[in-house]
Order: sequence, then C-alpha cells, then structure tokens
Amino acid sequence: MTEQQTQPKWQNPFIYLLAFCSGFCIMGIELLGGRILAPFFGSSVHIWGSIITVFMLSLSFGYLAGGKLSTQNASLKKYGVIFVLAGITILPVALWSTTIMEVIFLNIEDSRYGSLLACAALFFIPTIILGMISPYSVRLLVTDRDKSGQIAGKLYFVSTLGSALGTILTSFYLVLFFEVNSIIMVFSSILALLGLIAIVLNKSVKSVSFSTVGVVNE
Amino acid sequence: MSKLNYSMLTIFILIFLFVNSSNAEVVHQERSLYRNILVDDQGDLRCLKFNVRTTKTNQSCFYKTAPQRLVFNYTKLLFSGLLLIEQPKSILIVGLGGGTMSNILQQLYPTSKITNVEIDPAVVKVARQYFGFLENQAVSSVIQDGRIFIKRALIRKQQYDWIILDAFNGDYIPEHLLTQEFLQEAKDLLSPEGVLSANTFSISDLYAHESATYKEVFGDFYNVRNYKNSNRIILAAKGKLPSIELINQRAKKLQSRLTPFNIDLLKISQQMTPISIEQDWPENTKLLTDQFSPANLLN
Repeated sequence: MTEQQTQPKWQNPFIYLLAFCSGFCIMGIELLGGRILAPFFGSSVHIWGSIITVFMLSLSFGYLAGGKLSTQNASLKKYGVIFVLAGITILPVALWSTTIMEVIFLNIEDSRYGSLLACAALFFIPTIILGMISPYSVRLLVTDRDKSGQIAGKLYFVSTLGSALGTILTSFYLVLFFEVNSIIMVFSSILALLGLIAIVLNKSVKSVSFSTVGVVNE
Repeated sequence: MSKLNYSMLTIFILIFLFVNSSNAEVVHQERSLYRNILVDDQGDLRCLKFNVRTTKTNQSCFYKTAPQRLVFNYTKLLFSGLLLIEQPKSILIVGLGGGTMSNILQQLYPTSKITNVEIDPAVVKVARQYFGFLENQAVSSVIQDGRIFIKRALIRKQQYDWIILDAFNGDYIPEHLLTQEFLQEAKDLLSPEGVLSANTFSISDLYAHESATYKEVFGDFYNVRNYKNSNRIILAAKGKLPSIELINQRAKKLQSRLTPFNIDLLKISQQMTPISIEQDWPENTKLLTDQFSPANLLN
C-alpha cells in the first residue's frame, strides 16, 4: 500500500496511454504483415492463417513472459525497456524483410510453410515483447487486490481499443498515404520513444519516492 | 454530372440484371475459400458469377450450343495480343474464370503450351464441370497465386511468349498483382518477343496509378477499349511495339481465323490507342509498388 503514496498522479494514465499505443501498433503491424508477405507468398487464405497463428502464439508467450518478469522488482524503468526493445526488434521488418523472405522463398516450395516461417522470422520476437506489456501494465497499475479485476478489465479495454483503432486507421488510411516501411518505422519510433519517456520518468519517480518514503520498488 | 450518369447506368444495369436473373436457372452454387460461385443458365447462355449481388458479377459466359463463340467484349479485346505476336508458342493465363480464353487459344494454336494459373481450386473444378474447360498434354492448370507462380517460373528459367493477366474481378483486386515489382517479374518472364495483356479498369482513380506503373516498367503500351464498358486492356511488349501499319496487316491476316469465335479483329485493331499518342494521366502520378498499393481503396 505504500506504493500508492509514492506514485505520482500521472503514472496510471501514462501506463494506460502506453498500453493503448502498444495495442495500436500490434494490430497495425499484424495488418501490414499481409501486405509484406504477399509479394513472396501471395494472397491465399493460408497467408492470414500464418499471420494470425504467429501473432497469437507469440502474444501468448509474451503474456507468460511478461507476467513472470513482473514478479521481479517491477518498475516503470523496466516497463520502458520492454517498449524500447519492441521498437528495436520491429526494425528488421522494415529493413531486411525482402532479404529474409527471399531466402525462405528459395528454400521452401510450399507457400503455406514458407509464409509461416517468414512470418515467424519477422514477427515472432517483436510480438512476444509486445505481449509482455499487458501483464506488466497490470502489475504496475494494481495496488489494491479488490480492484485488480477492474483494473485488468480497464487495461484490456484500453489496449484492445488501441488495437481496433490501429487496425482501422492502418487499413483505411495509412496504406493510402504512406509506404509500408514508413508506417513500420513510425510504429517502431513511437514504441521506442514511449519507452524512453518511461525510463526518464522513472528517475523522477525514484527521486520523489526517495525524498518522501525512502523506499523504492527497484 | 458524370457521377449521376454513372449511377443512372448502374440502376439500369441492376434492373436489367434483375429482370434477366428472374428467368435464370441456377445450375450450381458454392461458397469457395475466396468467394461465392454461381453458375446459371438463361436459355442457351451459361454464366459463371462471383459474389452475386454486385453489378459486375458475370465472370465468364458461353453459349452451350456454340461454346466457341465468345460472349464478352473484354475477352474479345484480350485477343488484341495476337496483333503483337506472330505465333505464341507458350501462353500463361493468370485467372481462369470459365476457361474460355484457354479453350479458344487451344483451338487456335493446338501445339502451343498453355498454362492456366488460378488461386481458387473451386473455380478450376467449376470450369471443368460446367464450362467444358479442356486440359490435355499442351494445356494445364495450376492452383497457385499468380505472383508466386511467376516468381517460381523465373527461378525455373521458363519463358512465355504471351502472358494474359485476367485476375481482376470487379469486387476485389489482388493488390500484389499491380505493383512495379510484379510487372517487372512478369516482364522478365516474357521471351524477347513476348507480350503481356492485362484486363483491367478504366474508370476509377486506379487508372492513372496503374497506367503510370505499366509505363514505368514497359515503356509505351497500347490501351485497348471500346468505351462501351469499363474494361480496358493494357497491351505491352517486352521489346519494341509494332507499328500501327504492321498491326493492321496482322489484323487482316488473322481476321478470318477469328471470325468463328465471334471476334472481329479488324474492329479491335481500331480500338487500340498507343499511349505515346494519348497519355491521359498526370505526369507526376505515384507508382504502385509493393510498398504502396492501395488498389482496392483507389478503385
């Protein structure tokens, strides 16, 4: 219960904002996945099968990993590091996707397994990292056991709303105005930038809590 | 004004379709992985339809008693390709429909190798069962995405004299088959004398983007259209385009051979405009690429 006192007012809204943005980026990236894979693996139904499978699978691992990580001295700083890593690991999609897909295309004849492998190579790691955000957010937000369910609900509301918006904006408008790689770069920058802000803000939280309570959860 | 005209036209077509479809007999109906497929008979005319409720629904039609006589104007316009190439020995058709194109080309050139590529297995099945789509040693069909087929064919070092892109129906455009990268791959797959015919659109915002992209890859090309419907055929060549004179000569020579198929090649040759004479899109139009291809949003 001491945490509640040490937390500045902006922290919870800030965490919700970050969760919203991560939801937005996840679905934006997933949607662009179809466009990225099409030149090498076509637009058959199984392309979306591959994409959704890889995203669901990596999100599930991400939830597990994020929950585990949140038990070890959870802090806004570590939370920010997750975002920065997500931003960095998305970059290969914009930088080397053609090279990666070419190698897979040449080695795997069946476009089902080809697209599955390509999708895993491009999106598995960043999506695991993005998946870690939700459980970690719950850990940072919950201070009262009675309200834990409500807070988790609110968090899923915010991040899934972000996902819905990321899906519709990307598919309706962003692809009409920008190149796929530019959109990916913007997502990557947003994630990294938010992460850096979280890390910087963590320092101010630390100094505040030192001066007031003298206990930090780091 | 033109919008009003267009919607008026649409209403007329809808009424026309409604009146017509009331006496149509549904022969076959199925929901495939990609679309609803409908085969219906109106007297002697049998049609293949995708996604029933739109205006651009007919994909392929033929007369049961005279299967060699072509029904659709755009299919006829595709034969303008023959004015650019003397004797195509290998033909690649992307988008099977009822298989009419393949059947006619097989009759015209029995020794030529014809490969049909179709993404939807149900369409191939329906073409065989209801449209007499013929396969033999020379004619084959492959169930694959057109782009992948072309990429793999390039690796196998294959070449085609004539590539026919007919993969666009009115409802959905495969965006990866419109890009600069794809067209370059298709061009690379052509033999030195090879030509490419694409059945596309002429009315939407897509027109300018598509034209600019073809021009970037192939240089000058021919637009073939009859201004009666919204189709246009893009006719491009790997090498130099033949002159109008040579085209007229070929049209005269081939005219009688194509008459049995209800194709008036002389008339079609009149409907060809080289874009070097008539480039009707803005110079700075953005090209469609794998990075930027919102084709369905522009259409």
